[in-house]
Amino acid sequence: MLINQFLFLGAILFCIGVYGVLARRNLVLVLMSIELILNAVNINLVAFGAMWHATDPANLSGQVFALFVIAVAAAEVGVGLALVLMIYRNRQSIDADDVDLLKG
Amino acid sequence: MLALLVAQNIAFYVIAALIVFGAIRVVTCKNLVHAALWLVLVLGGVAAQYILLAAEFVAITQVLVYLGAIIVLFLFGIMLTRSKTGTDTDLDHTGPKRVGAAIIGLLLFGLMGYALWDQYRDQEFGTLIVQRTAAVSDSIFSTYLLPFEVISVLLLAALIGAIVLARRD
Repeated sequence: MLINQFLFLGAILFCIGVYGVLARRNLVLVLMSIELILNAVNINLVAFGAMWHATDPANLSGQVFALFVIAVAAAEVGVGLALVLMIYRNRQSIDADDVDLLKG
Repeated sequence: MLALLVAQNIAFYVIAALIVFGAIRVVTCKNLVHAALWLVLVLGGVAAQYILLAAEFVAITQVLVYLGAIIVLFLFGIMLTRSKTGTDTDLDHTGPKRVGAAIIGLLLFGLMGYALWDQYRDQEFGTLIVQRTAAVSDSIFSTYLLPFEVISVLLLAALIGAIVLARRD
């Protein structure tokens, strides 16, 4: 298998995620798109980790970093959804365009 | 050996096609709950790719944390914000903004694709050795002990933060 197969899959997934963050208005869907981006990064980390591991079997940094990213993603979703709930409670809507208090 | 590589490649492309299709559905679907369910397909496919990369422990963790916990969190989020569960045309920005987002996505892909192709072209993986869970845990608890502890504190902080934010006073 080529390394580029996995790297390109990661790149495609990342770009779809970026599109989702920019094009979606519903805040829960924006969070889902962020999950796509984080998964794209994880694919890259594990692919590079496998590449290193083939030459240096003692090195598992890629996988360890992927695990850290998964843990941080879990924390991010927890806090993110709590924030979305707060916004819903205060404004009865989770539309990103309705959160415009900072606009003069 | 060659037959195994062919099988791996076929598996890769089938799973990759499913992932890309699911991801496109996640960002274009008009139904919130369906978007969450398409996300299940994407995350499961990514776990399968980890197995192709011989990273068993990350694959299992992906299934446990993402499919088990994060999807449920999303479904709870959808439920608690009383979003419409049927078709909802109000989920996306209007036309021009979507076109702009698509252009940004394509430009980004062009840039990353060029950089990746320029650097790696058709470089092969060496023989993939299965990366045992014991070796991963040894690595976490020796080389990466400090980041691991920091992650634990971060999770605790996120837990407390989420409770403080979400509780009703």
